[in-house]
Amino acid sequence: MTGHDHSHDHSHDHSELGEMDLRVRALESVLTQKGYIDPAALDALIDTYQTRIGPRNGARVVARAWVDPNFHDWLMADATAAIASLGYTGRQGEHMVAVENTNDQHHMVVCTLCSCYPWPVLGLPPTWYKSAPYRSRAVKDPRGVLADFGTVLPETTRIRVWDSTAEVRYLVIPQRPVATEGWSEDELATLVSRDSMIGTRLADAPAAARSTA
Amino acid sequence: MSYVTHADLGGQPGFGPVTPEPEGELFHAGWEPRALALTLAMGATGSWNIDASRAMRETLPNYRDLSYYQIWLGALEQLMLQRGQVFADEIASGEMRHPAAPVARVLQAQNVPAVLAKGSPTERVAPGPARFAVGQAVRMHIGKANHHTRLPGYVQGKRGTIEHVHGAHVFADANAQGLDEQPQWLYTVVFEEAELWGDAVPRQNLSVSVDAWESYLEAAA
Repeated sequence: MTGHDHSHDHSHDHSELGEMDLRVRALESVLTQKGYIDPAALDALIDTYQTRIGPRNGARVVARAWVDPNFHDWLMADATAAIASLGYTGRQGEHMVAVENTNDQHHMVVCTLCSCYPWPVLGLPPTWYKSAPYRSRAVKDPRGVLADFGTVLPETTRIRVWDSTAEVRYLVIPQRPVATEGWSEDELATLVSRDSMIGTRLADAPAAARSTA
Repeated sequence: MSYVTHADLGGQPGFGPVTPEPEGELFHAGWEPRALALTLAMGATGSWNIDASRAMRETLPNYRDLSYYQIWLGALEQLMLQRGQVFADEIASGEMRHPAAPVARVLQAQNVPAVLAKGSPTERVAPGPARFAVGQAVRMHIGKANHHTRLPGYVQGKRGTIEHVHGAHVFADANAQGLDEQPQWLYTVVFEEAELWGDAVPRQNLSVSVDAWESYLEAAA
């Protein structure tokens, strides 16, 4: 662990809790004593992003777009409203744009300046999305980044990288896998991974479908 | 004192491969969700805006040595220290030793779902007609801003094309400095890879876009 940037009373305490745990606990304690925060609100925030808001929301958006042409067209024309109609609104998803992969064009999303990411549909970003390797390379060597994920696209497929530099948030609609005719919306959603909605992977083939919670 | 950001990483060499991780892996230590929640809860007090918090994070001197939530926590401490909301001896001890400074509001647990669902939309009434239209060629401004900006270094001076007009949005550069929202038209500007990276980099059949406020742009022939 890095982060020996600060000096405080706990820096030499090698208990099982660790330096960062103690630092965060100390801060939480002070902020609670000062009345700035409601500790129960912290629990509610954590519960929200651990159990309620995550990439299964986005997978439902994608699956709906795959089966419902009217929803698809609405999503491509006004993603904020179409996504809100499924109940996914708010913080870090106030202004949504959906971009759709085809045989000719593949979309990838990055935030080279920080970690801008559509929380209402994908939850909190993975570590790699926030990391220097992804942020530095996605705009210059996206095929190299895709290779890190085991994703290889034909050279004829144009790659379009969206650098999320304002408050507009992008959701990639992956291509519907072949041999999924007749699949229900719920079944299709199981083929949609978080990474496929950022654009670093494709939607799963039916045989590779993961079981999802 | 000049403004130094450590966060402008687009196109920078030498950071190595990306390490994927499983979808269910949200946090990597017990303190991380607490640091996230503290940051969100203090943000909800209205003591600063999201652009000011980004400015604080990107200027932490040890930004590149810190993990993501260490950056968040370090910036949170600095924002509160700046405002006299906490003091160094309190951060060190975990005990309140100075009177609390008033905050505009406190996020209560029962309001968390509504507050998150509402978010903070940044679209505003346009200050006037948009200066640029879809299809128009533009050039990105050059120059190191002496404040937080959302104009990445790798597109500065580059020629691109307006692809979308998003309406007027809170201008991050001004908002980060506490100079009010000063909304401006926001555009998606798309660049070809040769314009961005020249001949030094093998072609990838690539285009890249950024979202740019109007004052970042000038008309290009």
